[in-house]
Parts: sequence; C-alpha cells; structure tokens
Amino acid sequence: MVESRLTRVFLRLGAGLTLAFIYLPLVLIALYAFNASVTQSWPIDTYTTKWVTAAYHDDGVRQALWLSVRAALGATFVALVLGTLTSLAVSRFEFFGRDAISLVVILPIALPGIITGLALRTTYTTVGIDFGLLTIIIGHATFCIVVVYNNSLARLRRVAGSLEQASYDLGADAWQTFRFVTFPQMRTALLAGGLLAFALSWDEVVVTIFTAGAQQTLPIWIFANLFRPVEQPVVNVVALFVIVMSLIPVWIAQKVTAERPGAVRGAGTAAEASEDEGPEALAQPQDS
Amino acid sequence: MTSVPYEQPPSREGPGRRLSRFFYRHPRLSLALLLAVPLGWLVVAYLGSLVVLLLASVWNTDPFTSEVVHTYTFDNFRRLFDEPVYRDVAWRTIKMAAFVTVADAILAFPIAYYMARVASPRTRNLLVVAVLMPLWASYLVKAYAWRTILSGAGVLNWALGPLGVSFDGYSTTGLWLVFTYLWLPFMILPVYAGLERIPPSLLEASADLGGKSLRTFFRVTLPLTFPAVVAGSIFTFSLTLGDYIAPKLITSQQFIGTVIYDNHGTNLPVAAAFTLVPIVVMVVYLLVARRLHAFEAL
Repeated sequence: MVESRLTRVFLRLGAGLTLAFIYLPLVLIALYAFNASVTQSWPIDTYTTKWVTAAYHDDGVRQALWLSVRAALGATFVALVLGTLTSLAVSRFEFFGRDAISLVVILPIALPGIITGLALRTTYTTVGIDFGLLTIIIGHATFCIVVVYNNSLARLRRVAGSLEQASYDLGADAWQTFRFVTFPQMRTALLAGGLLAFALSWDEVVVTIFTAGAQQTLPIWIFANLFRPVEQPVVNVVALFVIVMSLIPVWIAQKVTAERPGAVRGAGTAAEASEDEGPEALAQPQDS
Repeated sequence: MTSVPYEQPPSREGPGRRLSRFFYRHPRLSLALLLAVPLGWLVVAYLGSLVVLLLASVWNTDPFTSEVVHTYTFDNFRRLFDEPVYRDVAWRTIKMAAFVTVADAILAFPIAYYMARVASPRTRNLLVVAVLMPLWASYLVKAYAWRTILSGAGVLNWALGPLGVSFDGYSTTGLWLVFTYLWLPFMILPVYAGLERIPPSLLEASADLGGKSLRTFFRVTLPLTFPAVVAGSIFTFSLTLGDYIAPKLITSQQFIGTVIYDNHGTNLPVAAAFTLVPIVVMVVYLLVARRLHAFEAL
C-alpha cells in the first residue's frame, strides 16, 4: 500500500462525505413524504401518513400511475424485442457497419433528452400522429433499447457461439436452438435489461413531456403539481413512490447479474464489454 | 465377429429443420431478418425525427397566427446570432456546464480513489452499487428534493442558521450545486474505473524513486486518470447543456434547455434552430475527447 495512513483516513472521510451528499436528498424525500405540515420547512414537526392516504385516493395520481405503468410495460416489451434482435445480429454475425449500429442504439440517450423529445414531437405534429399512449411508448422504447442491447450483448459475448453450432449439429432447428441453448444463457441478462428498461421508462420526464400531449405520466404529474403549494404534500408522497419503484427493479437487476458486481449495464455505467467499442457501451440516463 | 451394417436412419426432417438449414446457408438473409425491425425502428422513428427537427429549424412561422409554415429560411439562425439574449443564454449554459464538470471531477476523486485503491473488495463492490443505484433514481425527484433543501426554510438554511449565514438557494449558485449533485455518479464511475486500471507497481515505483504522496498523485496518478475524467465529463457536460427541468425548478434564469422548452409551442423553428447549439457543442466536445483518448476510458 503506497498510501500513507493519514491519506487513507482522509480518503475514507472523503468517501463517506460524498456518499452522505449523494444519499441525503433521497433520505429527505422519504422524510418529507410523512410531513404533517403543508409547508415544506425544516425541521419537520410532526409525522403523519395521512398524505399517503390522500395520494392513494387522488384521481389524478391514479390515472397518471396507470398511464406510467402501461407506458413502461409497453416500452419494456418493445425494447426487449428490438434490443435482443440487435444484440443477436451484432454478436453472431460480422458485417459492414456493425460498429455504426452500436452508435445508433446509443444515440437516443447520448444526445440531451430535450433534443430527442423535441425531434419526436415535431415529427408527430408534422406527420399528424395524435398524442397518446403510443407516442409515449415510441419515445421511451427508443432510448430503452440500449439497456437491453448492452446487457444482452455483454452476455452473448461471454457465451460461446460454438454451443449453438453444436446444437445445430445435434439436429436442433433454429427455434429449438434459441429456446433450449441461447435463451437459457441469456435469461438473466434479458431480465436485467428489461428491469432497467422499465426503471428508465418509469421515471423519465425530459422526453415524455414532449411526447405525452395532454396526458400525464406520474413524473409529469409531479412536474405539473410541484409548483402548487396546496399539492405539495401529495407531490412528496408520489415522489417517494416514484423513486422507490424505480430503485426496486434496478436492485433486482443488480442481483440477477451479480456474477460481477456493478455489472448492471445501463445508460451511464462503465462498461465491461467495451474491448471493441467506443463510447457506445456507456452513455446515460438521462435521465435523461 | 460380423459387423452390423450401418443403416441410414430414415430422413425425418421437419419443416423447422429445413427452414433452419436454409437460413444457416444464407447468413445475409438471417442477418437482414434480425436487423430489419430494430434498425427500421431506429432509423425511421429516431433518425427520421432528428432530420425533421433539422428541417424545422429552417421553417418559418406565420407572424400573425404563429402557425408553422413549411417555407425555408435561415432567419431563425440569423436571429440566434443577432439577438444578444440567445448568445448570453448559450454562453451562460456552457459556463455552467464547465463549472459543474470541474466540481464533479474534484468531488469524484476521493471516493473513486478510496474505492479503487483502499477499500476491501467487499466494500468496493458495495460502494459501486451504492453509487450506481441513485443514478437510476428519478432525476426529477432528485431535483425536486433540492428545491426543498434550497428553499428559504429548507435544510440548508437551517444548517447555516447557527453560523449566521443565509444562502439564496434559488440562484445560479444553487443551480450549480444541484447540477453537480445530479451528475456526480456519472463522473465517479469512470474515474473509479480509470484509477483501478493503473497498475499498482507504477505507484510503488514512484514511491521507491522518492515521490511523496502528493507528488505521486499529481505526476503519476492524475495524468493516467485524465482520459477517464474526460470520459466522465462527456456526461456532466452534455446533461447540463440540454437540461430544462432543474433550471425550471431552481431559478428563473434562462438556459439553453429552458429557451427551447419555452419556445417549442409558440415558435418551433427558433426552438429547433437553438437545439443545434448543444448538438454542435457536443460534437466538438466529443471530437476533442476522442483526441484525449477519453473513449478508451469509457
């Protein structure tokens, strides 16, 4: 160990402070959700669960929740199909322009979300597509493909293509090979990719505002109501709910791909499959 | 010993097997079938949309109805150049992105270094997850949390109260703090990966040759980690450049994102033209980053 004892103490302290900095706002969100007062002052005097009940019975919240769930499920489904197909093509074939594919897949989250959002919105209005669930799903699926693609591709690179060849040699057809050889090896990677796609879609707001028209997903509901003082307590509860519901899938995704800790490959995580890729393997969320 | 004559099994080849063989013999066709739908989606829905956005930047608006008129003009760009307000907004946003990037790079180092070189493997894995998880937590909610923290009656002013200081959180400085917070994990992860890649023997060699801790850090560690910092800065820079949610929540000041957002309903062509500022800045940024070998550090 080159670092002196003192250096290590300082580093430990620095790491602890940074972690506190990262988590403090999240803890505060959790506390404010149970704040009895309508005003958002600190410290909180009394705690209550009455705003949880209020949020539960709020029609606007319920509609937004339902829309968010449908949009996230739709986007996850599309992203799973498209991401898997792309990863199979890139991992099992060599062809001209293969590197360009990774770039096109990553672009929707590499460019600022406002550009993706405005581009889609302009196209919808120009072509004459009415805003609805479909327009939200198109936008979300477009930037969710990359998380499925990255997870699936990383897995396919690790499992040898020779197993599939062997399956063909033993008389299986393409479907049987996929069903009994390829798919079982990809299962956890697809589960992780799907969960991350769900999490990404579930709390997306930057693009969604442009593609939702008059409808509200849960994050849009928060954005529309957070400036209204009377709605503040319910916004707090919904905010906590959104954050918990986005962390649960990420946590499970982390667990199912835990052969390598931190190997959840999403938008914005340093990549393990980056030997022959550029920035493709990385890029974010954008959140956005 | 008589050898059993080998009997050719009767061919029971089903249609699935025949089809599979057909595709196996025509890999180009299999590839085309695999890629048709996903590429079609991305090219039509996404790249197509970007082209429409670029077209929209040279469209006109009717001065009376503010309806979009599909005639071509470069007036939108002239307006962006001529009216100083757009230049100010662009400059302010780029400066903000630069300050956020510097703050994140400085904040990322201690924890990344601790993870890469001091922590036990178990702690390290826990820390990677601990940094990774908030990255996925709703960014709107995190920005909203900061809105309550920075308010006059919020946590920050409560903590500063005993010191007799008060901080106007809803300011450019407040927004800088929020951006720094929001994108910090995007900097920590690549810097951690970059530090982990440095062979420990190099640092030991530096120490053996008499380099003190700080000297080793500035002469060996930092130069070797620089590409990783640039890699992380791609995110901190790009995300700040296009954001409109955090500025809306924290300040009344205009940034590139808020100008685009506020104009997209009333004057789409100008909004579309303004999106070219972050696009051009990011393209230049990526080209420079590539020269600095940042892509290998991703």
